[in-house]
Amino acid sequence: MSSTVEQGGRGGVDTARLLVSFGPLIFLAALMIVFTIMSPNFIDPLNLFNIMRQVSITGLIALGMTFVILTAGIDLSVGSMLALCGMVAAVVAKGGAANTLSLSAAGGSGYGWFAALLAAVAVGALAGFIQGMTITRLKVPPFVVTLGGLTIFRGLTLTISNGGPISGFDSSMRWFGNGLVGPVPVPVIIFVIAAVLCHIVLRYTRYGRAVYAVGGNAEAARLSGLRVDRILVSVYVIVGFFAGLAAFVLSARLNSAEAVAGIGYELTVISAVVIGGTSLFGGIGSVGGTVVGAALIGVLQNGLQFNNVSSYTQSIVIGLILILAVAFDRFLKSRVRR
Amino acid sequence: MSPALAVSAPAGNVLLAVEGISKQFSGVMALNDVSLDVRRGEILGLLGENGAGKSTLLKILSGVQPPSSGRIVFDGADFMPASPEESKRLGIVTIYQELSLIPTLTVAENIFIGRAPLGPLGLVSWRRMIEDSRQIIARVGLTVDPRTPVSSLSVAEQQLVEIARALSLESRLIIMDEPTSALTESEVQRLLSIMDRLRQDGVAIMFVTHRLEEASHICDRMTVLRDGRLAGHLDREDGKPIELPKIIEKMVGRAASELYARPGERHKAGETILSVKGLRTVRDPEAPHAIVLEGVDLDLKAGEILGVAGLVGSGRTELARAIFGADRIAAGTVTLNGKPIAPQSPADAIALGIGLVPEDRKHQAIFAALGILTNFSVASLDRFSSGLGFMAERREREALTEYRKMLSIRMASPEQAIEGLSGGNQQKVILARWLARDPKVLIVDEPTRGVDVGAKAEVHQILAQLAERGIAVMVISSELPEVLAVSDRIVTMRRGRITGEMPAHEATEEKLMELMALDRQAGRAQ
Repeated sequence: MSSTVEQGGRGGVDTARLLVSFGPLIFLAALMIVFTIMSPNFIDPLNLFNIMRQVSITGLIALGMTFVILTAGIDLSVGSMLALCGMVAAVVAKGGAANTLSLSAAGGSGYGWFAALLAAVAVGALAGFIQGMTITRLKVPPFVVTLGGLTIFRGLTLTISNGGPISGFDSSMRWFGNGLVGPVPVPVIIFVIAAVLCHIVLRYTRYGRAVYAVGGNAEAARLSGLRVDRILVSVYVIVGFFAGLAAFVLSARLNSAEAVAGIGYELTVISAVVIGGTSLFGGIGSVGGTVVGAALIGVLQNGLQFNNVSSYTQSIVIGLILILAVAFDRFLKSRVRR
Repeated sequence: MSPALAVSAPAGNVLLAVEGISKQFSGVMALNDVSLDVRRGEILGLLGENGAGKSTLLKILSGVQPPSSGRIVFDGADFMPASPEESKRLGIVTIYQELSLIPTLTVAENIFIGRAPLGPLGLVSWRRMIEDSRQIIARVGLTVDPRTPVSSLSVAEQQLVEIARALSLESRLIIMDEPTSALTESEVQRLLSIMDRLRQDGVAIMFVTHRLEEASHICDRMTVLRDGRLAGHLDREDGKPIELPKIIEKMVGRAASELYARPGERHKAGETILSVKGLRTVRDPEAPHAIVLEGVDLDLKAGEILGVAGLVGSGRTELARAIFGADRIAAGTVTLNGKPIAPQSPADAIALGIGLVPEDRKHQAIFAALGILTNFSVASLDRFSSGLGFMAERREREALTEYRKMLSIRMASPEQAIEGLSGGNQQKVILARWLARDPKVLIVDEPTRGVDVGAKAEVHQILAQLAERGIAVMVISSELPEVLAVSDRIVTMRRGRITGEMPAHEATEEKLMELMALDRQAGRAQ
């Protein structure tokens, strides 16, 4: 007879379990209700789509960051990487470095939106690959490697652009930032498709299982035959890919690639993932959580703005929510374990 | 009971008296009415097999946990430490196998941690700290610069630093838990001579060890535990070292426990599947504690259970890891079904049909926070998924259900986090993980560590079933009754070498213990 509790259904514990799974979602719903009461226009579909479009840029990167954090890693370089990818995409869209000073859409001399997109995601994936190899081969902690990457990629961006923006793309490229399909902004569609794909990969594929296993216990994963280093490299490639995709969408939306784009994005992105319940120690978390976490930050920013709260105060509120979300999560999990 | 009880030094010399101590853990008696004493200026050996109760006794003496009943008198006063700190303050220092020094700090800083000598302005007086440290470590024969970071010292030197620190704290009783297991032969000699010197200085030492020769060589008296009870005390007679057969008899003297009922004779073993010849490893600077293998030869046959008996530090785990591709092999060959193999990683070994259930379940086997399903299927993701890489979750769940029945795993649901299971059920999930791969060779390191008594027998039965399926099973264990109960054939290891081999029906605990613990060139010639 084993004396260990083989957890059965005890009321209190189950409530706690539900809260662990759906806590962020419940909080998001509550927040939206409060904001709607404070100013009914908040719930207007136009405003909601507006929020979603704002969220989609950092949200895309947060999808990739979920993979990284699930392996107990971190990528601080995503903001700079976004700027770099955006700049490369802009150069390609303009048809080479010679045309970058022209503000017009350079009738016909560019390589088109598809080449720009390809360039953006390829640069992101390559940057991620290099960082992943440095982490696994040279055994430098991800925090350090990507902190270095943060300044290196920014420096590269400034070098390419000479410090200034590259502006003016053709309308087919701008559609990816400003277009609508029915009432739905194109960036939102891209984000939703990407989120569904990421969810499927993490939840239903062999690779997804391996990511959780490596994050849950890297040594046990190695002794179970997983190629741990390859999986670690792959998650940095994935986050790089998404930084590239986000860069493309952002450049298209702004009709401009800025050398200073994405400064501080890494913090918003990591906040979204962590608020969504993904553990910084790896092995626990989900894409659904990240989507909710990203939405929560977007709703908070928009709702506070609606009520004329200054952006300074917004930062304070978001920081507090981040800490509270994790504290609450810990508290609930300690109840479940007991 | 034991005649040795009658012999005793002058009563005034007794420093520590343990009187009828018992300790209960949720119904299990880990210690049952144990008494012993340690006198000033003597080395008392504390011996016993794994699970005999030594570590429980140490935990009580070092203040980690209180006894359930009984009394301890230290230096004439009742001794009831509420914490390890208090035990230390009262004068008992325990030096564990895992040293407690802080590797990034210097020798001097470690010795004076929390009590650095202060200068006139209330600032740390580094000069005095370093000079004092130099004198303190000189007492244990250490001449390194006190400004050396501890991480750059050898294990043996670090141990000496810990002993020196204990002395500087004016400890009157130093308890050493398996201090020699990670040391080389010459380092052991040095440690023993330092222990001898401390004894002459009047320090009392409790020497907890598996190494019988060392114990016999240095100890004035011995106390032997067995199954949580006192098996007896042994004294030197006419100043001569205590004889080894006497120690062994006290350690194992019991009828084979009913828990370890021997399975019936299995059908004869098949042909050799795995063959290891002249296997050597070299010291890995990143794992200085690992034992170096020095020319291991081994054959493993289909359908048999080969028991590998060895003490801590014998190289048994390193042997398993080397075969499994987890550690680098320096020389020697491994052949599987007659073909030479050289797995560079566990993934390679697994692809070849080798499995390993590691010794440290928590750190090396389970994914604590993940569900049982993933814990089960992690080594067979390729088998439970389609060509496109999607998991075939229905097949996966059906397989888990099958093994759950076959191994009677008690669990709530496949999604339940594995950390919620008892040790025995966790181990069954890990065994199921490998069964799902249908391995040719399965190495099981300490199959029942941290598994409660009832589930032990179940795990043993599972191992027998595996062998019956034709799998070549290698069981590594430091518990002799376990090795005897499950094995068809047994090899013993000591200090990175195979020291003997025999069919299980010829083996006895005494024979094995001799081969495991003594420096005799018995068994195969190297």
